[in-house]
Amino acid sequence: MRAAAPTAPPPGRRPPHGPSALQLAAAKSALFLICLLPLGWYLNRLLNDQLGANPIEAITRASGEWTLRLLLVTLAITPLRRLTGWHWLIRLRRMLGLFVFFYASLHLATYLWLDQFFDWAAIGKDILKRPFITVGFAAYLLLVPLALSSHNAVIRWLGGRRWQALHRSIYAIAVLGVVHFWWLVKRDITEPLIYALILAALLGARAWWREQERRRQLAPRRPPAGKTVIPIVPR
Amino acid sequence: MLIRINQDAHPIAPSEITPESLYRGRRNFIRAAGLGAAALAVSPAFAAAKLGAIQKSPLSSTEAPTALKSVISYNNFYEFGTGKEDPARNAGRFKTRPWTVRVDGLCAKPRTFAIDDLLKLAPLEERIYRMRCVEGWSMVIPWNGFPLASLLKQVEPLGSAKFVEFVTAADRATMPGLALPVLDWPYTEGLRIDEAMHPLTILALGLYGEELLAQNGAPLRLVVPWKYGFKGAKSLVSIRLTDKQPATAWNIAAPNEYGFYSNVNPEVDHPRWSQASERRIGEFTKRKTLPFNGYADHVARLYAGMDLRKFY
Repeated sequence: MRAAAPTAPPPGRRPPHGPSALQLAAAKSALFLICLLPLGWYLNRLLNDQLGANPIEAITRASGEWTLRLLLVTLAITPLRRLTGWHWLIRLRRMLGLFVFFYASLHLATYLWLDQFFDWAAIGKDILKRPFITVGFAAYLLLVPLALSSHNAVIRWLGGRRWQALHRSIYAIAVLGVVHFWWLVKRDITEPLIYALILAALLGARAWWREQERRRQLAPRRPPAGKTVIPIVPR
Repeated sequence: MLIRINQDAHPIAPSEITPESLYRGRRNFIRAAGLGAAALAVSPAFAAAKLGAIQKSPLSSTEAPTALKSVISYNNFYEFGTGKEDPARNAGRFKTRPWTVRVDGLCAKPRTFAIDDLLKLAPLEERIYRMRCVEGWSMVIPWNGFPLASLLKQVEPLGSAKFVEFVTAADRATMPGLALPVLDWPYTEGLRIDEAMHPLTILALGLYGEELLAQNGAPLRLVVPWKYGFKGAKSLVSIRLTDKQPATAWNIAAPNEYGFYSNVNPEVDHPRWSQASERRIGEFTKRKTLPFNGYADHVARLYAGMDLRKFY
C-alpha cells in the first residue's frame, strides 16, 4: 500500500548503484505482469473446466490465498531493502499493495456474488455472526483507504507523516487476513500456520530492528577508544 | 463453466469412432498388464471392477446423479490428505484385497467377514442418495450396496446393544494423511442401534455400478443419507455393537462443532458457518438445505421429543 517517499530526489541525480529510470520502468512492467499471472492461470483453468468439481470454491480459495501471498510480499519489501541495501525496491511496493487490493476485491466479489448471490440480509448476518467473515470483512474495509491513498496527489494532500500513520494499518490487516484463513479451515491448520509464521517473521524483524534502534539512541555515547576527550563542563 | 457444444453442428465422423478390434485390443493389453503386474490391484484410484446384478430401490432419489468424475475426484478422506483432490491422488498404494471386517461386540455370533463374502451377503441394490457435506456442498450419488441391517442380523445383536461403533482403516504405509495428527486416528464413527438398523442406512460397496475406488471409501463404507457426509465412515475394518455411545473422530476433534448425531439440519448452524443452504456440485446457484437432508419423512420420528439444537 505504501508508495515511494513523497520527497523525490532532485532531478538529474539518482542514488548511487540504483537502477536507471528505464530499468525501474522495466522492473515495474515485469512486476505488473507477474502479479497478473495468478489471475491468468485461474481464468485459463476456469474456461477449460480444469478447476475441479467445485470451481467456485477453487476461485474463492485462490483469490484469498493470492491476496495473502501478495500482502506478505509487500510486507517483505522493507526487510529485504534493509538486508540487501536495494533501496529502489520501495518503488515497487505501491504496485504490490494495489494488487493486494485487487485480489482482495476479487475475493470479496466472489463471496458476495457466487457464494451469497447478493442476498444482503444473509451477508449482513454472516458478517456479524461468523467471526472468520467478520475479520475478513474488517480487513477489506481497512484496505480501502490504503488503496485510495496510494497516489502521489493524495500523499501530498495528507502529508508524509499522516500518510505513513494511516498505512501502518497494513500490519493489522495482515494479522486479520491470517486469522480469517485460520478460522475458516475445518481442521488442518498447516497452511494458515505457514502464513502466520511468515507474517510473524516479517513483523518480528521490524520489531527487533526498532528495538535495536531504540537502544542505540538510549545508550550513552562512548568516545572512540584511544582518544582523550576533554569534557566540556559549564563553568 | 459448462460450455454446451451443439452436437448437430459437429457430427462425429465414422472415421473418428474407434474400431472394435482396436478397443478390444486395448482391453486385452490392460488385462495382460493386470495379470503381469497386478496393476489393477495396485492402483485402486484408477481402476474399478464392475459389480454384478444390481436391483433398483424405491428408496432412491429421482434427482440427477452428480457426474462420476466429480464423485471420484472431490473427496474428503483425510487419511489420504486434507485437500479435496488429495484422496484420488494419494490413494494409489492403498490395497483393498485381501480385506476383512470384524463384526462383534454385544451379539450372539461375532464374525469376521471377508470382502468377497460381503459382496455376496445380500442382493446389491442401487441407492441414489443425496449426500450433504458439513462444509456446505452436496452431491447425488448412486451407491451400490445393501442395508447395514442385513449384515448386523447375521451376528444376532443382543438386546443390550444400543449403539454401533465403526472403526476404519489406518495403515500408515499406504495412507499418507495419517502422518499428520489432524484427527485422532483411526477414524471412528457411531450410530444409535435404531439408526443403524434403519432401511435407509446402507453399507456401500460400489457406486455407478462399479466397486468403490479408494477415495470413496473402498472396499466398503457406511452411508447414512440424512446425516452429514462425515458420518459415513470409509474403508471399514470393524463394526462393534455396544451399550455405550461410541466416541467419534470429529466429535473428539471439535465437540462444539460436530455432535454425535450430526443430522443434516438447516436450522442448526455450524458454529462457524451457516447450514441453511448448500452448493450442489455441478450447479451454479445454491439451494436450500432440507431438514434431515430431505429424508425427514423416513427418519424424523427417530428423534421425536429430542431437542435437535442440543443433540446436534
